[in-house]
Amino acid sequence: MPDVAIAGFAQAPNVRETPGTTNGVEMLVPIFAEVFEQTGLSKQDIGFWCSGSSDYLAGRAFSFIAAVDAIGAFPPIHESHVEMDAAWALYEAWLKIKMGEVETALVYGFGKSSAGELRRVLALQLDPYVVTPLWPDSVSIAGIQARMGLEAGLWSEKDLAEVAARGTEKDVSELLDTPYFADPLRRHDIAPITDGAAVVILSTVERARDIVEHPAVLTGIEHRVDSPVLGARDLTRSPSTEIAAKALDLDGVDLAELHAPFTHQELILRSALGLGEHVKINPSGGALAANPMFSAGLARIGEAAARIHRGESRKAVAHATSGPALQQNLVAVLEAR
Amino acid sequence: MGVTETPLAAPLNVGFDYTRSTGPVLGRFVNALREHRIEGIRGSDGRVHVPPVEYDPVTAEQLTEFVPVATEGTVVSWSWCAAPLDGQPLSRPFAWALVRLDGADTAMLHAVDSGSPQNIHSGQRVRVRWAEDAVGHIRDIAYFLPVDAEDTTPTEPAPPVADREEGAPVSVVITPVHLRYQHSASPEESRYLRGLAEGKLIGQRCPACRKVYIPPRGACPTDGVPTTDEVELADTGIVTTFCIVNVPFLGQRLKPPYVAAYILLDGADIAFLHLVLGCDAKDVKMGMRVRAAWKPRDEWWTSLENISHFEPTGEPDAAYETFAHHL
Amino acid sequence: MTKQLTAVLGTGQTHHRAKRTDVSMPGLLREAIDRAMADAQVDWADIDAVVLGKAPDLFEGVMMPELFLADALGANGKPLLRVHTAGSVGGSTALVAASLVQSGVHRRVLTVAYEKQSESNAMWGLSILPPFQMPVGAGAGGYFAPHVRSYIRRSGAPEHIGAIVAAKDRRNGALNPYAHLRQADITVESVQASQMLWDPIRYDETCPSSDGACAMVLGDEAAGDAVEGGAAWIHATAMRTEPTTFAGRDQVNPQAGRDAAAALWAEAGIKDPLSEVDVAEIYVPFSWFEPMWLENLGFAAEGEGWKVTEAGETAIGGQLPVNPSGGVLSSNPIGASGMLRFSEAAKQVMGRAGDYQVDGARVALGHAYGGGSQYFSMWVVGAAKPR
Repeated sequence: MPDVAIAGFAQAPNVRETPGTTNGVEMLVPIFAEVFEQTGLSKQDIGFWCSGSSDYLAGRAFSFIAAVDAIGAFPPIHESHVEMDAAWALYEAWLKIKMGEVETALVYGFGKSSAGELRRVLALQLDPYVVTPLWPDSVSIAGIQARMGLEAGLWSEKDLAEVAARGTEKDVSELLDTPYFADPLRRHDIAPITDGAAVVILSTVERARDIVEHPAVLTGIEHRVDSPVLGARDLTRSPSTEIAAKALDLDGVDLAELHAPFTHQELILRSALGLGEHVKINPSGGALAANPMFSAGLARIGEAAARIHRGESRKAVAHATSGPALQQNLVAVLEAR
Repeated sequence: MGVTETPLAAPLNVGFDYTRSTGPVLGRFVNALREHRIEGIRGSDGRVHVPPVEYDPVTAEQLTEFVPVATEGTVVSWSWCAAPLDGQPLSRPFAWALVRLDGADTAMLHAVDSGSPQNIHSGQRVRVRWAEDAVGHIRDIAYFLPVDAEDTTPTEPAPPVADREEGAPVSVVITPVHLRYQHSASPEESRYLRGLAEGKLIGQRCPACRKVYIPPRGACPTDGVPTTDEVELADTGIVTTFCIVNVPFLGQRLKPPYVAAYILLDGADIAFLHLVLGCDAKDVKMGMRVRAAWKPRDEWWTSLENISHFEPTGEPDAAYETFAHHL
Repeated sequence: MTKQLTAVLGTGQTHHRAKRTDVSMPGLLREAIDRAMADAQVDWADIDAVVLGKAPDLFEGVMMPELFLADALGANGKPLLRVHTAGSVGGSTALVAASLVQSGVHRRVLTVAYEKQSESNAMWGLSILPPFQMPVGAGAGGYFAPHVRSYIRRSGAPEHIGAIVAAKDRRNGALNPYAHLRQADITVESVQASQMLWDPIRYDETCPSSDGACAMVLGDEAAGDAVEGGAAWIHATAMRTEPTTFAGRDQVNPQAGRDAAAALWAEAGIKDPLSEVDVAEIYVPFSWFEPMWLENLGFAAEGEGWKVTEAGETAIGGQLPVNPSGGVLSSNPIGASGMLRFSEAAKQVMGRAGDYQVDGARVALGHAYGGGSQYFSMWVVGAAKPR
């Protein structure tokens, strides 16, 4: 089974609101061009295409179909789609290369969260019979999770503010002085609404060596899901992340890109992955800087890979999440080879 | 044509009152709610789940042992909802909370009408405030109140109720899902639509393959590049293929029978779907020459609807070979 | 490096009906899953991963339903994926599940596809119009009918071909205890007498709207070797996509379908599909798609597919029985229909197709398509291991 590497990564500017359509085409066309330029590949070189997106972000059924226009899919292409963050589309592409069906794959994700009311829409991810009809929004649910940790002494509001302040000019005590948005969460604890898109090119390691000097080899990728019943599991932990991590070799990781749309969730993930103090966390700013739904997870993998390409990291872990309160998690280990 | 014109945008509301059959476990749960009772279910590890779950989270087996629980319990955790959203249990600020009812081992997510964030804490005792009109739905629990608080007024009416036979238990819950989106057209599409508002049909040529597209797309579907060169087209063309729509359906705006046809405008390289009227449906032919019948100018807006339909010009049909490659 | 050998260990499906008001969504899924796991003789501990497939979320009004279904799917603590490739999704879901075993990542995978479209209304779901659009469309039937007309014109097919397919598939459905429509007494004449819905497609030539689910358990070579009576071995898989519309696109005989089929037959080592394939489960939601897909798949030359149908060769007992299960014309839970085709093909070569078993079926095709005839996924399964 061939090893797979990340050979290229590009993302659309992360904006509060794109003037483009919910089809994502306007965000994708330039970044496809960019990643082809970056890698020297063209659409004919791509063996498999896979995307991640959500109809409910677009308010349209079959919304991913129009995105295929951005590819120029003729002659016909080998292509698939998951209605999940594109990190899982990357997983599907990884399988195709691993089984020897293709040598290269292009994975993309996109989403225009600003088109709808995101935190209300996400209520539809919950149990349709006994939870969604109450319309609990995603921020309120995260707030409940955050308070559990606060009251158990697992983290403090200051710990959360430190996560938010890291890598920015912001001052922790100033942040703590701001009012609650959804007690116990303040605005800085919550990822912004972001429209965006991202693209990653995967290939066999052998092929990647022709493309980039330091390919980021995917030495492991695992994903798991937890029970959806929020009141039936310990929300201060992420068992699915822990299980995924156990199946991987995280020794020597020097950098982590974690998909944490809330500050307390970063702390949960750091604990679940067993990351030591020396690990550089989210040099990209992570989801708290920009959270383009359905590409944010893919972008974590891309950002980690890009730093390996640039020689800033030798071994990185990238994480993506899906669902409320860290219900489903994907963990990938990337190494410089 | 201004290059920096803002793209057109309009609201897109998507909604349906979903009718969800409950199956036996949730059916029992909601019927109990109608009677102001709460039932949980025992899992493989002995935990009592409230609300009940059909399948065990540990073993995946089907669960069957129902356990009645109290209508009072304890707040496990909460967050404050200062600006409630549409459809939430209350329209005044309230707390979302996980509440573990006495007798249950899991907590259920619901609202607590505590009045202020100072008036709620983890460990607090709360009780169910039943909806005035209990119909067999999770919203029969209107929200929770601190145990010692007076009843406050439920603010939301009961959800729609499915028809059922006299005396039959509730087996369907209706859950309206109505969402509002802001739809925006691409810059190319906006130029085309604004052209329509002036009675013009503006196609767009792909710089790579040189084909003329109408309506335009964000990118040429075979080349993946924006179709930026504009071409004004006549409002005449042919029918490539068509069907006669005879069937009514939910959301349909036109009255059947009508001809839905692919119209290939003169000068365009791709056909689009429109109506053919002004003749007997039986007389419509593949290759038939047609012309646009526009609505009165004062009804025009940024939409292909400005053309009410296409109608035959009476000219001879186009030869099959001239349009066969468009089928 | 070649793909690891992968087999279908067992299949299951629900009783498909217009409205399964007796079950919740989890209940609907489990009906298919429990049957599949029993058929495969596996238990939950044997399942390494779960792959769920479903068409647009809007049909049931649940966003990313794999999340709320995680416990019902037995996926708690396991890898779970959700595929969505429009109408072909049931097929592409099976392919993703297969890739988990073919890549050597997992040993046994549960895959399931479903639709409980009666919770809303399929026509509504397929006809939602964004702003600025001209309202012309009339659901799936209204979309495909013009292209059916094009096929008839192009091929010169006589008008009754569609009715032959409809009568055949519905009578086959009557042999299938799970089918939604089971019409043992339907005839070509009665189909031709049914109401015209989207000329040239008639009522009886149209798939129903069904609630239903389909599940399979896939396994590696060792698991396949252990199947009583023999597993269905995956010989080849293929999927291709093209844009919904583009200048000069062939809507009747799409290139993507032809390319997928060519890749499929090449991988399977099949040079003459009509004689080497014993049975085909092809995604035919409107009767005329049978002759169209026979051509697109390479069972017949372009323009000749209708002759194969007219000669009765696609009936059980003919040279290439097509849709002995009754096909999409008999049951159409949109998200599941593709997987039903894939699993019915597997059942044939496993000898588990009951009253609609094709005698001596050793090589079978499962096929699905979706969107504007733009997504194609297909597999070839065999009673013997490939090569």
